[in-house]
Order: sequence, then structure tokens, then C-alpha cells
Amino acid sequence: MTLREIQTYLGAEILCGEGQLDREVREAFACDLISEMLASASSHMLLITSLTNAHVIHTAEVIDALGVIFVGGRRPAEDVIEIVKKNSSIPLLTTKCQMFDCCGLLFARGVQANRKDPL
Amino acid sequence: MVDTFQFTPKINLEFTIREKDFFLAGESASRVKKTLQQLGMEQEIIKRIAIIIYEAAMNVAIHASHGMLRVFISPEAITIETEDAGGGIPDVDLAMREGYSTATHEIREMGFGAGMGLPNIKQCADELKIDSKVGTGTLLQATVYFTNWQEKH
Repeated sequence: MTLREIQTYLGAEILCGEGQLDREVREAFACDLISEMLASASSHMLLITSLTNAHVIHTAEVIDALGVIFVGGRRPAEDVIEIVKKNSSIPLLTTKCQMFDCCGLLFARGVQANRKDPL
Repeated sequence: MVDTFQFTPKINLEFTIREKDFFLAGESASRVKKTLQQLGMEQEIIKRIAIIIYEAAMNVAIHASHGMLRVFISPEAITIETEDAGGGIPDVDLAMREGYSTATHEIREMGFGAGMGLPNIKQCADELKIDSKVGTGTLLQATVYFTNWQEKH
């Protein structure tokens, strides 16, 4: 699924990075702990989180995430979004779906769990 | 890629970290990452280095009154060093244990303080040295070697 298809499917709002929505998403990682994102997420996945502070954006950049979806209708403060617009091309989206629903919907459409070590 | 790029003999980067300056940790990790990408370094190595910087600088911002973050880039390796004036770590082995944390509720609400900082650094580094004195501070040195680069030269 591309990020644009995901955006339509989840009825998500694009906060920034509209030019990057053709990115193909095969894997996703859902988490609200920064250290776990840093430790466990491998590159080129979609990050799903309810954290909206600037650390999430920096973390997404550090781990080479394809984009970030904020769940439960949450959104970063405007100044955080402005910093991303200036310094980065990472797409940020927000959906009213809760974490479980968001993950379930994407899983049902073939998006796989992202993990460094297979179970 | 790594084998096509000429290292300058040594590049050092230095950042001052003040207490609760949580923003700097992520910002310095992003900035060093961009610098290393411009140097043409391998993506996976850059990621490991950025994770070490993020976690180490965050530890200083959380636990110390102030400190320094230094990044030493040489042709063979990168060393990330944090030196802080903090309470020190009474039991380094315990601090290395995954899940152990003394971070406050405020820190946890930001998504940190899960007790994974030092274990994350250890996982990403080829070498890790921690020299801590209670009541004085902590010196952390994490080194990542460019093995591919060494093999090819």
C-alpha cells in the first residue's frame, strides 16, 4: 500500500510531506516508547504512535521511517510541524482511528509487522 | 558508499547539553546523521551512531545538571562521548539491565525512561566504556568501527 492509499483508507489528514505519499509501505511498527522505536524498529517502515512530541519526529528521522501516523486524532503542536516542514521531508498523518483499529486495518490490507528479529 | 569516499583525517563535533534540554538530544542525533550521510557513510552504521547519540545525550539531559556530547570521527571509527556533571551511576550493571530506570514521570510521559537507554547503546556500539563516580558524574564512550572500510583498505 502506498502512503496515499493508507491516508484514504484511514481517512487520515496529511499534516506535512504531501509530496512523499507515493512511498510504498510494506511494514509498520506501532509503539509509544521512544527507546523501543530506536531499539527495535528497522528502516523503511511506517511508524504508528500516539506520542506527538518533537522526539517522535527526530526518532522517525533517525530510524529512517517512511512516515508517521498519529492515532486517536492526536497531532503535534503547530511549531513542531513547522520544524518538520523546514528540515525534513517525512510525511506526517493523523487519523481518528485508535491504535488497535489502525493496526488491525493496515494488517488486514497486507501491511506486515516490522521487527528486526523474526519470531 | 564508504569505499569511494575520502576521509579527512579527523572531524570532531561538540555539543553542550544543559539540564532538561531534551530537544538537543534528538537534534544532535539528526544533525550528525545528516553530516555522516553527506560523507557517504553506510546507512546502517549511521543509524547505529545516531541511536547512540540520541540515547546518550538524552541520559545527560535527564540525569545531569549539564554535560558535553562529543563525536570523534576518524578513518577507522566513530567515538561518541558524553561527559556530565550528574549524580553518577551507583550500580552500572543494574543500569545496564533492560527495564531498569530511575527516570521521573515527566520523562516517561515523553516516551523515554523505559530503562532501555544504556542497553540500546550497548547493542549499537562495538565498544562501550562507562566510568561513573557517584556525586561527580559519568563519562560514557561508545565506539563504532567501520569494519567494511577497514576490510576494503
